[in-house]
Amino acid sequence: MNKLWLIIKREYLIRVKKKSFLLITLLAPLAFATLTLGMGFISGYMATKSSKKVIVKDDAGIFKSFNSTKKGNTYDFTSMPLDSIAKTYDKEGYDLLVHIPDYDGNSKKINVQYYSEKKPGLITLEKIERRIGRAYKNYNIDKSDVDKELLKSFAVDVSLENAKSKSKNDKTGKLSVIIATALAGAMGFLLYMVIFIFGTQVMRSVMEEKINRIVEIIISSVKPFQLMVGKVVGVGAVGLTQLTIWIIFIPVIMMIANLIFGGGIDSSNISELQGQINPDDLKDFNISQVINEFFALNWWVILPAFVLFFLGGYFLYSSLFAAVGSAIGDDQGESQSLIMPITIPVIFAMIIMMNTLNDPDSPLAVFGSIFPLFSPIVMPARLPFDPPIWQVILSLALLIATCVLFIWMSAKIYRAGILMYGKKLSIKEMGKMIFKK
Amino acid sequence: MPVLKIDNVVKRFHNKTAVNGASFEVNKGKIFGLLGPNGAGKTTLIRIITSILKADEGAVFLNGEKLNEFHPTQIGYMPEERGLYKKMKVGEQLLYLAQLRGMSYKDAKKAIVDWMTKFEMQDWWNKKIEELSKGMQQKVQFIVTVVHSPKLIILDEPFTGLDPVNTELIRKEIMNLSANGTTIIFSTHRMEQVEEICEDIVLVNEGKVILDGKVAKIKEDFKENKYKVEFAGEINDDLLSGLEVEDKDGSSFVFKLDIGQTSNDLLKILLDNGVSIKSFNEILPSLNDIFIKLVTD
Repeated sequence: MNKLWLIIKREYLIRVKKKSFLLITLLAPLAFATLTLGMGFISGYMATKSSKKVIVKDDAGIFKSFNSTKKGNTYDFTSMPLDSIAKTYDKEGYDLLVHIPDYDGNSKKINVQYYSEKKPGLITLEKIERRIGRAYKNYNIDKSDVDKELLKSFAVDVSLENAKSKSKNDKTGKLSVIIATALAGAMGFLLYMVIFIFGTQVMRSVMEEKINRIVEIIISSVKPFQLMVGKVVGVGAVGLTQLTIWIIFIPVIMMIANLIFGGGIDSSNISELQGQINPDDLKDFNISQVINEFFALNWWVILPAFVLFFLGGYFLYSSLFAAVGSAIGDDQGESQSLIMPITIPVIFAMIIMMNTLNDPDSPLAVFGSIFPLFSPIVMPARLPFDPPIWQVILSLALLIATCVLFIWMSAKIYRAGILMYGKKLSIKEMGKMIFKK
Repeated sequence: MPVLKIDNVVKRFHNKTAVNGASFEVNKGKIFGLLGPNGAGKTTLIRIITSILKADEGAVFLNGEKLNEFHPTQIGYMPEERGLYKKMKVGEQLLYLAQLRGMSYKDAKKAIVDWMTKFEMQDWWNKKIEELSKGMQQKVQFIVTVVHSPKLIILDEPFTGLDPVNTELIRKEIMNLSANGTTIIFSTHRMEQVEEICEDIVLVNEGKVILDGKVAKIKEDFKENKYKVEFAGEINDDLLSGLEVEDKDGSSFVFKLDIGQTSNDLLKILLDNGVSIKSFNEILPSLNDIFIKLVTD
């Protein structure tokens, strides 16, 4: 026990005492903030730059005007014959020429043709389609006897609210879903990062000892299992330290950044990019409502479960990374083929997690949150949506059982692998080691 | 009672038997040679003694007790493949490894300072291993092996990669430790080093012990009754007719005596014939010769 503690302490201190640890820990939140803000800037910039100049040849004569908005495409009209404008539109600086054919006022399906030198993007085409469709609709309304104001008065603004919402404010049922989605995404993504970053660190540390040959001296004093567990725990503790610092720092820096740069950024672009939350949904709520809803979440389940999935996921994958580290020969370049089988499930889990955010109770999400290779990333993303408690417990039980099994298997590979110098082990050989007594 | 007793140890790997029923004993305070060519099973045997590997059959006894989890603290081991944490400082590395060997922080610190003073490396405490020269690293490696005052020290090819100055330094320390009662196992495939240092040896080949005993006794057992005579002047060829000459040049002969003949018989013949003898030596086989003879027979 004492020796295990020594190993954990060394693995922890050697990393935490490095200048680069301090640097990364402090700079990563800054980098994260810069990245988020940068993405906001870029998407805002792209939105203005990606707008196309379109010239319309309107034979139907139904378009009175195309109001060009700030972000959208710009539209001009021409009365030139189609043949000649088709030859010159690009020289006049237009990206597209759209030809609207004569309209009989009855057809429900109209083919509008466009001319373009370069292939336009799908989004551009869809925008133009929507625009033209709206124009036809308005034209048809105008032509009919229907009163436009009357038509508008039929519209009703619907807001779907949760009948069981704990919040007294009738507007916040949706807010709780928005907050749950944000929290779910953050937790799932965090675990994905943790598994990759710290799992790889465990692997490197194992490889370092093997390549340095010091491992032989160490395991003549302690059991290989102690060394492996000490390493995994030590590196995991570094991860927890870093996470704690980040959880405190990132929101603080984001807030400061928002105060400083807030005016210059169109925050809707950030959310649009993330795709999950519509910023328009947020503007109806004030900060105190957000805070209330945040604390109304089922933290008594979320927090302990998150910690358990964090530990389970980290131990499961880092023990696999340790086994792979021990199986790699002196040539570190060979490692790819062995790392692949570990990274594939992690990436799968990430993809399922993304889908879970949109539909937390879909069969895929339920499967992903229970299957032990995916659950450390997928289940945290379901936790804020109050999944059935039996699913959480089943998932945890499976995760813990798998974790024990994987640590046991990895220890077997590790024990033999660290002493095999020079050559990389194949997956087949690793399999043999597991079943050797 | 022997410090170390290896009793019929067998170790198999999936496609070969690395140690095949090896048995021998090592006595207290001796420098013991574990010899054999590359791949003979020496390193596997050492890894079993150091508890890195478990024997499939047989047992290892340290001071009469079957190997248990407390024994690693009594053993110092320098593997053939040397290794230290490159990025760790000398002092903290030594402290860490000494504590893993069961020393308290305080005892470890004191012992490390003593050894560093002995090797005149007091100023290296805060230097990283990667900043040291190869020779300096070897000294650190040696301290790692001996810092916890083990009763048994196992050195696997200790002189590989050492320059003559460091070889001498380490050799002297090995002798010192031995004189103070520490038992040392010295594993190598370079037989000539062993003859100078070791009193007892065991010779392994293909996982089996093929020879075991005192160096002097082994040489005696394997000697072939050969004598080298250096002389002045000429020797008449007729004189040699009754003797078996193995080798000759202008000023010396190597004779191999028949069974029953003694060196005195040979001397008498030479003296009676008026040969002017400058030197007369018995030729003992080197361990290398013995080994080659045993393996090829």
